[in-house]
Amino acid sequence: MSRRIIVPFGPQHPVLPEPIHLDLVLQDERVVEAIPSIGYIHRGLETLVAKREYPEYVYIAERTCGICSFIHGMTYCQGVEQVMNLEVPERALFLRTIWSEYSRMHSHLLWLGLFADAIGFENLFMASWRLRESVLDVLEETTGGRVIQGSCKVGGVRRDIPGETLECMVRDLEGFERDFKEIANVFLRDESIIARTRGVGVLSHGDAYHLGAVGPTARGSGVAIDLRKTGYAAYGKIHFKPVVETDGDCYARCAVRVKEVFSSIDIVRQAAAKIPEGEIEVKPKGNPNGECFSRAEQPRGELVHYVKGDGSRHLVRSRIRTPTLTNVPPLVKMLAGCELADVPVIVLSIDPCIGCMER
Amino acid sequence: MAFFEMAKTAILTTLKSPATRRYPAVSAKVTAISRGRVTIDPARCISCGMCMRKCPSGAICVVKDEKTWSVDRLKCVVCNCCVEVCPAHCLTMETGYSPSMTVHEGIEVVQITYVKPERPPQKGAEEKSGQGS
Repeated sequence: MSRRIIVPFGPQHPVLPEPIHLDLVLQDERVVEAIPSIGYIHRGLETLVAKREYPEYVYIAERTCGICSFIHGMTYCQGVEQVMNLEVPERALFLRTIWSEYSRMHSHLLWLGLFADAIGFENLFMASWRLRESVLDVLEETTGGRVIQGSCKVGGVRRDIPGETLECMVRDLEGFERDFKEIANVFLRDESIIARTRGVGVLSHGDAYHLGAVGPTARGSGVAIDLRKTGYAAYGKIHFKPVVETDGDCYARCAVRVKEVFSSIDIVRQAAAKIPEGEIEVKPKGNPNGECFSRAEQPRGELVHYVKGDGSRHLVRSRIRTPTLTNVPPLVKMLAGCELADVPVIVLSIDPCIGCMER
Repeated sequence: MAFFEMAKTAILTTLKSPATRRYPAVSAKVTAISRGRVTIDPARCISCGMCMRKCPSGAICVVKDEKTWSVDRLKCVVCNCCVEVCPAHCLTMETGYSPSMTVHEGIEVVQITYVKPERPPQKGAEEKSGQGS
């Protein structure tokens, strides 16, 4: 039996967009154990809640993550609105749904590109990111920001999408869907992708459930948890099924994300068809006094914002639990027993967002 | 399972024009509401300091005595908060980004030229001080 050695993986590694460190205990080329350590980019965003007034903290909540920023802002606003018993206008809820789904599409396309890059499929990486640009263009046109949208506020949204722009968006989705189908076929059917992903990093249904996996990581293992089904924003009025795969390997997690892009396109279409006319915001009166756990489905999984107010302009406590943090224990489980060469693919398969995780 | 699944997309890409723009020869894509950089109309600023208080990143500094309004371009996160809260509507969000810089010279100081903000309610006094300045 050969000697065990420890190979450090990260925090700087070509495949990692953000820093996380893993100590890989190897026996020959096989990983026996992976020991993660985090904390390289902690920014202390939660503490800032005491220094910024609660309406301005939305800007900070949004900047927790550069990819799913809209959903961070929305979840925080939902929490404060619940504490203050604010009734958000229906149109604002639909607009939030539309922007959330565009965020999901752009996040998944970003991940698909990175995943292709990790596999070494440069052409597919470029093709995914070219498509992602068209989603970002829509976000910029409707909110003013490509990546940090800044369109959510306590009590509603800052901007409305005019009817003709909404029609134009839905029309453009047809071309987008057609182009994405071609890329999706490559991800789902191509020989080289399947060779790198099928049977790699398997997470069983039981492990996914007990280790607290969320989002596509859980759904790839057959755990049908999708918080959008709880009906926050306008999801209660939209028909969709959570995308679930049962294999639990990297291919399944990739397939979940590919299919979720199609599901998002469908949700945007339904929301655009059902969106009512009316106000887009209500003015909050008074200050939040109370506490609330607000949950939403990010592209990476379940996001929790805890807010606590004492009746002043500043909240007392904010706590953000991001999906990547809960996906780290399943990642450690997936890595045990894999080949060293598969580690980058497995690490990427949980869609790690470290900046988000460390806040 | 399929082979050469990417071939069609890849070949078509070579026939199409590039997806990226030849910046700066071709200007960057902006929309009417794109957030690029904050600018101030110094003739309308009443030095209330609202933008400074509400700025989430603490990039704006208003000194009432010296009548200056300054913004640190490297701290500004272009969130549009100052533009929304400004009671005098003197701040605007331009669509073009601030140019990149090689040394830290991001703090831009603007001299506020609006004189005597208390003037409008007292009509008589306004004329007198207007002659003086």
